[in-house]
Amino acid sequence: MTVEIGHYALVLALFVSILQGTVPLIGAARGQHRWMAVAAPASWAQLFTVSVAFAALTVAYVGSDFSVLNVVKNSHTTKPLLYKISGVWGNHEGSMLLWVLILAIFGSAVSLFGRNLPEGLKARVLSVQGLIAVGFLLFILFTSNPFERVFPPPPDGQSLNPLLQDPGLAFHPPFLYLGYVGFSMAFSFAIAALLEGRVDPAWARWVRPWTLAAWSFLTVGIVLGSWWAYYELGWGGWWFWDPVENASFMPWLAGTALLHSAIVAEKRDALKAWTVFLAIVAFSLSLLGTFLVRSGVLTSVHAFATDPQRGVFILILLIIAIGGSFALFAWRGPAIKAGGMFKPVSREGSLLLNNLLMTTATAVVLLGTLYPLFIDALDLGKVSVGAPFFNAAFIPIMIPLVLAMAVGPYLSWKRADLFPALLKLKFVFIASLAAGAMTFSMKEGASVLASFGIFMAVWLGAGTVWEFANRIKLFRASLGESLKRMVRMPRSMWGMSFTHFGLAVAIVGMIGAEAWKVESIQMMKPGETVTVAGWDYTFEGARDVAGPNYAALRASFTVRRTGEDEIFVTLRPEKRVYTVSQRPTTEAAIHTTWLGDLYAVIGDPSEEIKGAFVTRLYFNPLVVWMWVGASIMVFGGLVSLTDRRHRVGAPKRKSGAVPAAAPAE
Amino acid sequence: MRFVASLIMALALMLPALPALAVNPDEVLADPNLEHRARELSKELRCVVCQNQSIDDSDAELARDLRVIVRERLTKGDSDQEVIDYVVARYGDFVLLKPPFKGITYFLWLGPILFVTLGIAAVAVYYRKRQTTVAEGGDGSTNKKLSADEKARLDALLKDEDDA
Amino acid sequence: MSKRLIYLLPLGIFLILAVYFAVGLTKDPRKLPSTLINREVPAFDLPAIQGFDRGFSSQDLMGQVTLVNIFGSWCVACLAEHPFLMELKKNNVIPIYGIDWREKTDGAATQWLERHGNPYTLVGDDRDSRVSIDFGVTGAPESFIVDKKGIVRYKHIGPIYPETWRDTLFPIVEELRKE
Repeated sequence: MTVEIGHYALVLALFVSILQGTVPLIGAARGQHRWMAVAAPASWAQLFTVSVAFAALTVAYVGSDFSVLNVVKNSHTTKPLLYKISGVWGNHEGSMLLWVLILAIFGSAVSLFGRNLPEGLKARVLSVQGLIAVGFLLFILFTSNPFERVFPPPPDGQSLNPLLQDPGLAFHPPFLYLGYVGFSMAFSFAIAALLEGRVDPAWARWVRPWTLAAWSFLTVGIVLGSWWAYYELGWGGWWFWDPVENASFMPWLAGTALLHSAIVAEKRDALKAWTVFLAIVAFSLSLLGTFLVRSGVLTSVHAFATDPQRGVFILILLIIAIGGSFALFAWRGPAIKAGGMFKPVSREGSLLLNNLLMTTATAVVLLGTLYPLFIDALDLGKVSVGAPFFNAAFIPIMIPLVLAMAVGPYLSWKRADLFPALLKLKFVFIASLAAGAMTFSMKEGASVLASFGIFMAVWLGAGTVWEFANRIKLFRASLGESLKRMVRMPRSMWGMSFTHFGLAVAIVGMIGAEAWKVESIQMMKPGETVTVAGWDYTFEGARDVAGPNYAALRASFTVRRTGEDEIFVTLRPEKRVYTVSQRPTTEAAIHTTWLGDLYAVIGDPSEEIKGAFVTRLYFNPLVVWMWVGASIMVFGGLVSLTDRRHRVGAPKRKSGAVPAAAPAE
Repeated sequence: MRFVASLIMALALMLPALPALAVNPDEVLADPNLEHRARELSKELRCVVCQNQSIDDSDAELARDLRVIVRERLTKGDSDQEVIDYVVARYGDFVLLKPPFKGITYFLWLGPILFVTLGIAAVAVYYRKRQTTVAEGGDGSTNKKLSADEKARLDALLKDEDDA
Repeated sequence: MSKRLIYLLPLGIFLILAVYFAVGLTKDPRKLPSTLINREVPAFDLPAIQGFDRGFSSQDLMGQVTLVNIFGSWCVACLAEHPFLMELKKNNVIPIYGIDWREKTDGAATQWLERHGNPYTLVGDDRDSRVSIDFGVTGAPESFIVDKKGIVRYKHIGPIYPETWRDTLFPIVEELRKE
């Protein structure tokens, strides 16, 4: 019965969305208040109906209702409860339902938090949200219905891919979707602005918090995926430039550009067309990602069960949504009035540089990801575009960006002098050079690339801290004055400092993980010791254990610092076979220290030597800093989000302060 | 029936992309230089039965066979390029994770440079147009020169805008 | 005017991409074309599998249009095409040569052939996959049509079904026989 309710609720949601997508839009065009007022209640109704549908599916999973085909294919009675629940979105149909749920949540959030939004704008934004929901609900109901039944219901399910029965991966999709769908808000705002024919600083101020939220969530989602790959895939890799990874990275790059462009639009009433464009692009890339992952046009470790029929539907969705918005942009874009002037060397100029570099980076990743498809479609053969290309093309674009990031905040608006700004960073430069030189002189792992990377990381990190200190006049004024400045500093400035610093920390982690990793593969008998990067791994033996829905071989390694007797840590890696699907997985044992991870994997038993096993032992330096750095970045984003100025509808006037610039007359 | 057969075919042909345990101790060459070369080469060769992994990363049997072949060729004295050519002769360019620089991939490799150039050009044009717009008073405003007094006030105001 | 053009650029680029996507949906990114087409069959000389007195070599393929079939007793899909291969053998349609790929144990293939029937004129034992890899194998079963001069003319990935044979493979064989 619950399943039926869920199904009907979904159909109801479709009708509500159609209403939401059309009535307020017409109302805004005609200035009819009653029609525009439909938007907010419609968004609540949509949230309610979609929630009911989602809840129904969850109940079916938790209760192991095997009359539902989706549950049969993706669940099993022996699965732990957490993974029964995460199984709801661990498949194509369920994940689409999660998509529309989050869409509905964001729509209602606009109704809730956007009470000061001008009527017309709010109506249009919610309408666009409604239209997006219509597209996805049609997709779900016609091609990917999670409520499809199977008769007779089988006694048990086919279980979930064991790789997905994992805490990191359980939460990876929800955060990703929060990001993708969050960008739909910026998108809706952009479309609404184009329809209204007006892009003003107030609009940019409304767009920013939604984009910040989306960006923060997406960062978490991407990092969760990387983290999962690191501990699950068994050799310490964390980024592979896989098409589906790229599909999540491109919206992130565009979203970062959007965030920065919106700052200029808000404060200086400039780069407005750019900002609108980026808002459309960020969400378009989210939609594109959906297409790439679910249509089968690209091969990837991540791809869902592929189905060209679904691919056709999504493609049509893409053409309508993206093609339509770009057409609108072509039509109404030119009418956006050019805003404040600024010189190339200025705060705006540096943010425009950010735009340029981020957009180029996005284009490069898009090119590499889609290239195999292009060549295949033209019948020119088959090519692969792997990590070597992306690393060679992407990193050089990031270098000027990171270098500029330390300088940008020093530049004043409208026009600035570059040399005084650079001079302020002279100590930072010296420190970075020193760090780079020190790295290069290390006897192990001394490489030009790694040293340069450390130079950049210190340049950015120290530069950000230096700029912060400069801003609060640390050591130049009294401590009290500095503290006062610190407290008065707008939260968005705090956020910027945190996030930029977080990136520097993450870069250090990336360099350690990539450049200085030590690996040792061998056959070991119990009692034997292998030394890896100054750590002694002693194999104690392996035995069979049983888990809730798997059988495992568990090995034990005692690790000591070379030369010491005391056991530093005991690592227990496992090799599991899940009972239902009979699929094996490896669970690496990882011990994290600030300097690096001790990482052990147990492999197959030897066929010749009894009691011996293949073992893979690693030391992965500085990895934890990647996760720490990323967390700081997200923290910065959330801090920015709490900036009071974002919570008011219209720019707040403080006594004497000048509000955001109006277009120059 | 056709569906079942396709399913069987799909299952048989697609060795599942397992979490990679990859290189086994019995594959490792005695000579560390050769082994290092073998690892580097393996990282550049794609596992054709997997979903986007290199033969160094993959657990698939075919990947293992190819890893062994790579080591065999190296031991026989092949250069890095010769080993790559050996595999490409059998599987095509598809097997190269680093796309070759030839006809169909010119646009791929030159693309980024093209994008950057276009971007810089676009920004340069943008700045130039802004200059001329203001100089001509393109907004419809009349362009008057500032008096010394006004200029001083302007400079003072601009200095004030140091903070965001 | 040029402003308009710039604003139209995103739409233009997107529409081009959309066309590629549409075409891409009709393709299978996993299907790998063979590098052997119109090239000589790789030279090889495979030993016999257990219980047979000879294997076969590339020389055996000369002088007639043949079908080379890569299979294994472990291969489930091979079983799907096996009855049809038996029919081809019964009706003497085309000589089929089998490459037994990556067999783990002696005699496994022999048993398999005994159980299900032997459609092959000759079978070679490719334990270490060298020959199969020379053929650019990506999975089993795969079949190659080799012409009288020993040139590989066509590669078929997956089981051979009656329809596939009738519509695609046999017409090629007939064409080649006329040469």
